[in-house]
Amino acid sequence: MKGYDLFELAVRNLRQSKLRNGLTTVGISVGVASLVAMLSLGVGLQQLATRRLAGSGMFDTVFVTSKQDFRGVDREEDQKDQHPEKAPVLDQPARDKMTHLQYVTEVEPEVRVMGEILYGGQTHFGFVTGLPTSARENEAFDNLQGKFFSGPEADEIILLNDFAKELDPQDPRKLIGQEITLCYGERQALPADSADRPQLSDAQNSGDSASGDNFGFSVVRKTQVLKVVGIVQEEPYGGMRTVSRGRIFLPVDLTEKLSMAQFTDMRSSLRGGGGKTYMTLTVRVKDPGKVAEVQDAINKMGFRTFSVLDATKSLRRFFTVLDLFLGIFGSLALAVATLAIINTLVMAVLERRREIGVMKAIGASDTDVKRLFFAEAGAMGFFGGLLGIALGFAIGKAINLGTGIYLHRHQLPSEAVWILPPWLIGAAIGFSIAVSLLAGLYPASRAARLDPVQTLKYE
Amino acid sequence: MNTDNVCRYYPMGGGVIRAVDGVSLTIDRGEFVALLGQSGSGKSTLLNLLAGLDRPTSGSVLVQDRDLAKLSSEELARYRRNDVGMVFQAFHLIPSMTITENVELPMRFAEVERAERAQRVRESLERVGLGHRLEHRPSELSGGEQQRVSLARALANRPRLLLADEPTGNLDSRTGEDILNLVRDLSLSLGMTVVMVTHERALAERFAQRLVFLGDGKLLSQEVVA
Repeated sequence: MKGYDLFELAVRNLRQSKLRNGLTTVGISVGVASLVAMLSLGVGLQQLATRRLAGSGMFDTVFVTSKQDFRGVDREEDQKDQHPEKAPVLDQPARDKMTHLQYVTEVEPEVRVMGEILYGGQTHFGFVTGLPTSARENEAFDNLQGKFFSGPEADEIILLNDFAKELDPQDPRKLIGQEITLCYGERQALPADSADRPQLSDAQNSGDSASGDNFGFSVVRKTQVLKVVGIVQEEPYGGMRTVSRGRIFLPVDLTEKLSMAQFTDMRSSLRGGGGKTYMTLTVRVKDPGKVAEVQDAINKMGFRTFSVLDATKSLRRFFTVLDLFLGIFGSLALAVATLAIINTLVMAVLERRREIGVMKAIGASDTDVKRLFFAEAGAMGFFGGLLGIALGFAIGKAINLGTGIYLHRHQLPSEAVWILPPWLIGAAIGFSIAVSLLAGLYPASRAARLDPVQTLKYE
Repeated sequence: MNTDNVCRYYPMGGGVIRAVDGVSLTIDRGEFVALLGQSGSGKSTLLNLLAGLDRPTSGSVLVQDRDLAKLSSEELARYRRNDVGMVFQAFHLIPSMTITENVELPMRFAEVERAERAQRVRESLERVGLGHRLEHRPSELSGGEQQRVSLARALANRPRLLLADEPTGNLDSRTGEDILNLVRDLSLSLGMTVVMVTHERALAERFAQRLVFLGDGKLLSQEVVA
């Protein structure tokens, strides 16, 4: 029998018992809908999590530390490195080298120093964090009050909202545009070193490594007048920082220009090796897809790296498991629907015994009969799948609406937690048909095996 | 067309029922043969063997030197589809289909092109004298009309062998005669071999060329009608 004849006969047979087949089809559609709703919830949640992480600006970032520092963080790796003290340090040449790596857009040191703000005759203590210009893209600045730094070395400052409240409890917003004074410790090379004015890298690099024992610096209290340009709600890259929260933000190049003394300077002076080193360098990569490559290159230089990519590995594993579970739960309804298909078709075989016998008598082969029942099962699967997608879509919209209302109540921006990707539509219909065909296996072979002589016996 | 049935032997049920017990019969091409006998004499079983709906336990059914007993089930289906037309006592039309669709059905199995089908349906229905009520369902037709539809369906794939199982059993005698007249005319005009099972000897004598008497699954006697 030809395909279109098969389909035509199948559809007309299905229409013979509209109620029964309709109910079965609705059963399938409920199964498909629950599967679709569950899986697209999984997809939606995953995308939501990924979007959040991407917004945090950590996806395109590699954090680099020297193996000399933070020993014991990764024991396995430490055991491989028998002599961590010989590991390269994060100094200016290393930084320059990283800057010239392919796909790298910027390499900024992580600057975190103690500082004091003089405002209204009072001093307020806080950690000062240097921010690169690329930080503008960070989601923390999505609801920035005021403006971002006008330039990489601008004498400007952005305050954390909490800190701004400390300065002016009445109306912290009034701070924007005002000038405040920042007190900080300036790192000055010892007079023994050649340069008077501590042009940091130059000064230290020119220092003779042989006279390393004499290496040292003094920290001198300095003040700098800065203009408040903005107030931000949360600390950018907050998740990746060390314990203390930064509350005062300066352009990172400004902090370097001002030679602000960092904790790590102490360490490098103890090490006695000479030049200025960085505790952490933040390497930004043009394309999140290239992070692994860059990470690899930096690892080869002998540094320890960390990127969110490492974290997302376990995140992806989590979502795979989540999808699996959601899929299993979603499939339960479809499994029940499968039983409904089998039931419906077995009934149909019983009811149409005579008809099957007639068809065989006038020339239908066993295969024709089998294919006819398969086609009926498949058609139910197809229509059930279509209906199920529609139903699942409605359920998903309801989920989105529900979470939207919930998030709104908690003053959070609404998020689409449920996303129906196009591949899932195709996959769901395909799966529905496949499952239906599987369910049709038994009834179809039963119909094909019917003995026409028995079924045509005159009652 | 030459049907040479050497021997058929056929058990069924819990014990062995010898429905057809060693029957040898030769039917010539274009012949109109009537199988007569009491119910349970094995005449319907014999017909089903000829139709390829059933397989003999032993012996062979030769149709044009082809042994039906040795054909695969797919080949048997093809034989039924292309070489055989069947008519039943209970008509066995498919109730949900219209007259046209019923006649068209065997051509779907034979994979006849759509355009040709419509023409052949018309042709078959004209042959049996039905040109109207083609979109009606079988239940809306009289018994005689239903049997005509059934005959038209049997003719759809232009078979060489027409097998009729008590075709007049559900009809009044006048309608029954009409149907058998039609069958005989078709047999003559199309050169079709006809094998008809009946228990009405009078009808058989009027239309068939040869009478074959069966009893307890055995061939009792044969009689050629003058």
